[in-house]
Amino acid sequence: MTDLLAARTQMALSLGFHIIFAVMGIGMPALMVLAERKWLKTGDPVWLDLAKRWSKGTAILFAVGAVSGTVLSFELGLLWPRFMEYAGAIIGMPFSLEGFAFFTEAIFLGIYLYGWTRLSPKAHWWAGVAVAVSGTVSGIFVVFANAWMNAPTGFELVNGLPTNIDPIAAMLNPASFHQTLHMTLASFATTGIAVAGIHAWMLRKNPEDHFHRSALHIAMLVAIPACLLQPLSGDISAKFVAKWQPAKLAAMEGQFETERAAPLRLGGIPNEATRETKYALEVPGALSFLAFSDFNAEVKGLEAFPESDWPPVAITHFAFQIMVGLGTLMMLASLWVIYRWVRKQEVAHDRPLLTFLALLTPAGFIAVEAGWVVTEVGRQPWIVYGIMRTADALTPVPGLIVPLIGISLLYLFLGVVVVYLLWAQIIKTKPMTQEIRTP
Amino acid sequence: MTLAYFLAGVTMLALNAYVLLGGADFGAGVWDLLARGPRAARQRAAIEDGIGPIWEANHVWVILVVVLLFSCFPPVYAHLSVALHIPISLMLVGIVLRGSAFTFRAYDSTNSPVQKHWGRIFSIASTVTPVLLGICVGALVSGALKLPVGGTFAETYVMPWFTPFALAVGFLTLSVFAFLAAVYLTVEVQEHELQEDFRRMALGAAVAVGVFAGTALILGESTPMRLTGNLLTRSWAIPFQLMTAAFAITTIGALVTRRYTLARASAVLQVSALMWGWAYAQFPAMIPGVHTIESAAAPHITLKLVTIGLCGGAMVLVPSLWYLFKVFKAEPASAFERVDTAEYRTGKD
Ligand code: HDD
Ligand code: HEM
Ligand code: HEM
Repeated sequence: MTDLLAARTQMALSLGFHIIFAVMGIGMPALMVLAERKWLKTGDPVWLDLAKRWSKGTAILFAVGAVSGTVLSFELGLLWPRFMEYAGAIIGMPFSLEGFAFFTEAIFLGIYLYGWTRLSPKAHWWAGVAVAVSGTVSGIFVVFANAWMNAPTGFELVNGLPTNIDPIAAMLNPASFHQTLHMTLASFATTGIAVAGIHAWMLRKNPEDHFHRSALHIAMLVAIPACLLQPLSGDISAKFVAKWQPAKLAAMEGQFETERAAPLRLGGIPNEATRETKYALEVPGALSFLAFSDFNAEVKGLEAFPESDWPPVAITHFAFQIMVGLGTLMMLASLWVIYRWVRKQEVAHDRPLLTFLALLTPAGFIAVEAGWVVTEVGRQPWIVYGIMRTADALTPVPGLIVPLIGISLLYLFLGVVVVYLLWAQIIKTKPMTQEIRTP
Repeated sequence: MTLAYFLAGVTMLALNAYVLLGGADFGAGVWDLLARGPRAARQRAAIEDGIGPIWEANHVWVILVVVLLFSCFPPVYAHLSVALHIPISLMLVGIVLRGSAFTFRAYDSTNSPVQKHWGRIFSIASTVTPVLLGICVGALVSGALKLPVGGTFAETYVMPWFTPFALAVGFLTLSVFAFLAAVYLTVEVQEHELQEDFRRMALGAAVAVGVFAGTALILGESTPMRLTGNLLTRSWAIPFQLMTAAFAITTIGALVTRRYTLARASAVLQVSALMWGWAYAQFPAMIPGVHTIESAAAPHITLKLVTIGLCGGAMVLVPSLWYLFKVFKAEPASAFERVDTAEYRTGKD
């Protein structure tokens, strides 16, 4: 394995690990705050139980999210010092602001977790709101930095060096809006569907269980708006990619030839050697329409770019298909739940729907990972699109396989522990009946 | 360019806060490892209580240091990441294990044998990480991070930090952290016996601090920067050293006479004076022999925006932190509340 490949693998692994906790770090506080709100309003202890259980989950996830995030902030330098040297001055701003958002989140999470008996119920609830808001804001700031890597703006290149830097323009680059929107929605959709799925599974055994019904209700309240908006926001993303990163779009779609009325391909296996995508179900003109709102628009194929500028086509294409497929399923599940709600029927009595939701438990996470593969792998060979190649950003330190193995083992161990703990401490424990505080 | 100096100062301030707050958390882990005797379990409980609510918030300071370095002084961040690749990577393992093991222990309390393992991992990681952090600082100040062109792997990536001086600074850092933790704990615990325990630990750690500081001072003369000379001969250096010594004597005196609040205040000042003495000794160099504050600074506009960001951030942070400390530190946790939170944490009725 070359050092470049080792470094890329390590980066992908660390980010792929962190993003799971980041997503739940954004989504879980929303669930917990909604549940506590219901408890304050109704006094039904089931809501308090849920709020506490979810806050416990949030605490475990936050700790792992925080340490894996700390690793990332060092790793950017350990693996890509040339990139940071180049970009630090330009995109340092969102990272600094992100630091503050994390800080605020950590503070209020501490207050929330340890403050059940020390604060008035109202103050405690507001501490939860502060956790939810700062978690979301911190996610948005990091994605700003990533968006800049896709649409580098806010500076001029003079002799290969960035000059006339404008960090604000860099932060509000053309990719910022759609990426932050899509990512934030993804966090709520993923968390909501995952929690709903777990409780749907439990309800299959005992449909009358008040606890699991309540949990499913709140989880779907968070999931539904996000799941319905996600395809729309994905369409905004796709239009951006079509305009700014035509090579990425071509890879996503397995489009080798430049053509008018390009088809949308469902499935299919792209072959870089023969330059064709076989076995796909093609919808004529649909790609042209989705990318440029015109059935006859010209879509650039990979042939329009030198092969040295191609991203890995098959990975990008498969990842995109996986994300869109799962997004569609999550939207369908949301519509199905809405249908039951509108007809004033119990979701818990619809066994096929419960099974469907339970099967979708990991869907959001898979879609998020796939989406990031589309964004990051699809941007290759560039680390900063069109400006700096990934290979040029690499550290001169040799033997990068060693930290890669170390980090892999460490994260494997952590992952196993977290899953075990969440299972043993939160899902399996019996509902708490005793109340610490009464409204 | 004055902004660059200001931001370098803020970075140092964040590092100072990390040492005072995060450092004490590491130090608490060291005492967790060393807890012995009939009161070991109660000592551990007091340690966990002290870290509890403030946990993680203390560790965000190091992120602030990193973030400020790479936005305001990108070449410094890049250079350190290359030259100190190995100790920083090892330090990360320690940070990951410490942070997660502490939380896992708190939430895995239904199962006590497993919980013991978490405690072990937590305390070992708490002990190793500060040494590595200190080694990085030691290597930096010693002026050995010039990255020889065409050197062997060992010459380039190992020798600069694997020096007696850097190791001495590593152990100095460890003892400073342990010292801070013990001093803070004397104020936080209520029971007389525990207080006496932590007082003894604080005095022991104070001796270790003295020993390693002395060792570092002696070894410092042989570093490429001839550090000791700098520490003693620059015009303002002597006052810094005198101040550190005066605070050290005050802390020990206060501990001996059991004036714990005073001891805490002067320990904080003592450690801060030590750190700023180092900063002053290498000023205006950021990486001695490689980068100064001016040569590494990002363009003015970036510095300006980061400064504005810092002010905005501080306006959110300061009240939040104040609130946190008010809620948790004003009145010490009563026995009732401790039981209550413990019960809630385990999820048992
Ligand atoms: C729950 C997760 C989830 C779901 C259901 C979807 N996505 Fe997505 N997608 C992401 C999670 C995600 C992501 C992981 O959050 C990404 C990676 C980078 C980003 O901004 O969002 C992403 C990126 C991403 C990109 C690349 C943006 C870029 O490279 O700048 C496109 C074109 C789409 N998405 C399009 C879609 C479409 C058309 C969907 C239709 C259902 C869809 N996504 C569902
Ligand atoms: C958390 C969500 C993210 C995930 C899952 C993710 C995923 C990935 C993947 C899969 C790669 C490897 C690409 C390849 O091997 O071809 C990569 C590379 C990289 N990403 Fe991201 N990314 C994320 C967000 C970010 C953000 C916010 C940044 C901010 C600066 C970033 C910076 C980088 C860098 C520096 C590399 C290495 C160079 C490269 O191979 O492109 N990523 N990421
Ligand atoms: C798009 C990808 C990312 C998102 C959405 C994201 C979001 C988050 C969130 C929500 C947290 C809070 C922890 C939690 O609640 O579990 C967090 C923690 C953290 N993240 Fe990420 N992150 C991303 C990528 C990165 C990258 C690339 C870095 C590296 C520069 C990073 C650095 C950190 C740090 C340092 C923390 C710890 C903060 C603390 O202690 O509170 N994140 N991230």
